[in-house]
Amino acid sequence: MKAQRVVWGETLTKLAETDDRILVIDGDLASSTRADIFAEAHPDRFIQAGIAEQNMVGMAFGMSTLGFRPWLSSFGVFLTNRALDQVRMLVSQTKAPVRLAAAYSGLLNGASGKTHQDLEDLAVMRALPNMTVLAPADEHELRAVIEWAANYDGPVYLRLARDAVTEVFDETYEFVMGAPVSLAEGNDAVVVSTGVQTSRTVDALDQLRAQGRSFAHVHLPTLKPVDTDALSALIGDARQIFTVEEHSVVGGLGDLVSEVVTSRGLGARLDRIGLADGWAESGPNDFLLEKYGLSAEKVAARVLAGLEVLAPA
Amino acid sequence: MNRNDAKNVEELAAIARQGRLKVIETVTSSKAGHVGGPLSAMDLMVALYFHQMNIDPAEPANPDRDRFILSKGHCAIGLYSVLALRGYFPVEELATFDHGDSRLQGHPDMKLTPGVDSSTGSLGQGLSAASGMAIAAKKLGKDFHTWVVLGDGEIEEGMVWETVICAPRYGLDNLTAIVDLNGLQQYGWPASATDRFDRSEPMGHVDLPAVFRGFGWNTIEIDGHDYGEILAAYDEAESYRGASGKPTAIIASTIKGYGLSYTQATFKWHNGVPTPEQLATARHELGDAIDISDTDKAEALA
Repeated sequence: MKAQRVVWGETLTKLAETDDRILVIDGDLASSTRADIFAEAHPDRFIQAGIAEQNMVGMAFGMSTLGFRPWLSSFGVFLTNRALDQVRMLVSQTKAPVRLAAAYSGLLNGASGKTHQDLEDLAVMRALPNMTVLAPADEHELRAVIEWAANYDGPVYLRLARDAVTEVFDETYEFVMGAPVSLAEGNDAVVVSTGVQTSRTVDALDQLRAQGRSFAHVHLPTLKPVDTDALSALIGDARQIFTVEEHSVVGGLGDLVSEVVTSRGLGARLDRIGLADGWAESGPNDFLLEKYGLSAEKVAARVLAGLEVLAPA
Repeated sequence: MNRNDAKNVEELAAIARQGRLKVIETVTSSKAGHVGGPLSAMDLMVALYFHQMNIDPAEPANPDRDRFILSKGHCAIGLYSVLALRGYFPVEELATFDHGDSRLQGHPDMKLTPGVDSSTGSLGQGLSAASGMAIAAKKLGKDFHTWVVLGDGEIEEGMVWETVICAPRYGLDNLTAIVDLNGLQQYGWPASATDRFDRSEPMGHVDLPAVFRGFGWNTIEIDGHDYGEILAAYDEAESYRGASGKPTAIIASTIKGYGLSYTQATFKWHNGVPTPEQLATARHELGDAIDISDTDKAEALA
């Protein structure tokens, strides 16, 4: 069980041994984001930009025009919000091969609290043309995602969690960009999750299965572009869908699935499990997951409550 | 690659008059576009494209070419006029500016327009992009120069200063920022309490050369309409490449709307569409077009 930030630093370090195009540009957070792993191994390929996220994006774009494929490393909230105009004009518009490695994404950011919690990143990045939006579930999927991204000639947003989660996959995992991943089949409802929240959702569904319930579980590592035919097929004729994400319920996974359900007339009821439209706070991970409804226990309770709506006990 | 197409100061000045007229004609026919900024920066861009830069319009993607970024992207029609006259695309294409399906968008699009090295439009981003190109050149051992034109209003954007503080750390002596200090912006601040149309210089209270020097840049101050001073400054900036370890800022004092009687020195022609009478005036004042038959450019334009 390894934290994604560590796996990101290690994987890029390894890839850079054989790929001269890889650079890392740091916004002075390397010891948090673990870009320091790369900096120590490849000091000539590591650029310290200082605390200046907008300039990081501009520099990365400029370097990309000469054939480099730079990875920008900062807390996600600064890349997706403070430098959004730069990402929009220089990266999204030009389809530049710049990678945004968004560390400390979501709710759990080492007790830094609401200024540093990026709970809108998927909504913001999904709205940008040409952007590929990735939210891997664990260390194994992350390695595969980075290897895919290294060979992709376009902009990538990569959502990285600060802390380790229980593994969902193993080292045999193969990533297919855009494809939903079926983790389980079942009859009571379809549960769709993304990012490291998938790991906690696996735990939640295990708890419910122990009570005799049965669920289809779909993990979505790519939030844009999405193979909506495949997602629609996995939803099938389900009457109840739950989406689970460590993200605002506005504009993220829930809305993505809702778009598929409504545009295809699938007729399912959908419960969005995620952060309510509001601000969170500082606190230990367990406290935050419990209070904001994303612990395995809270997710399980929400799912049970949702099932009651269509089929009251 | 060819260079030094324009052989002397008089020839450059004549090309710039042609460029200014193209701006006025295009803005008039398209009924949209900016005037004051393109005209104030015209001499700075003509000197780069017709004398200084190592470029070839036939090979706009040559990896060893010098780079140019018009950071104040709203002055696109000025850049397009220069690119067209230089032979990157037909002069007639200028008539499509701001039209649907045109390669000449309201703000420069590097994916559409030959010769445009960076998309710009949202202000303050061009110098940063250029610094990335300059760092990349250093890393790849390429010996080309990256030039950027910024507006004096534009440098109110905070991102500019993120780059200004960062670029010297990487010894980017292959990067030159040219500030088109025309002293006016779109609306700005009134200089007097009684005359609303008397606008003050956005950077009037700032010792800009001292600021750039304080951040570790070489600085050169010139008259941005005097080709002798422009060319000398460009040569000096290039002489620092591989030598000084510092980027260079050229602070070019210019006049907004320069070269045309009714657009000069007023914020009211930041943008606007000339009337038929004003177009005629422009043709009269700027129409002493250069005889290009004896220049390398004639071939490109043919």
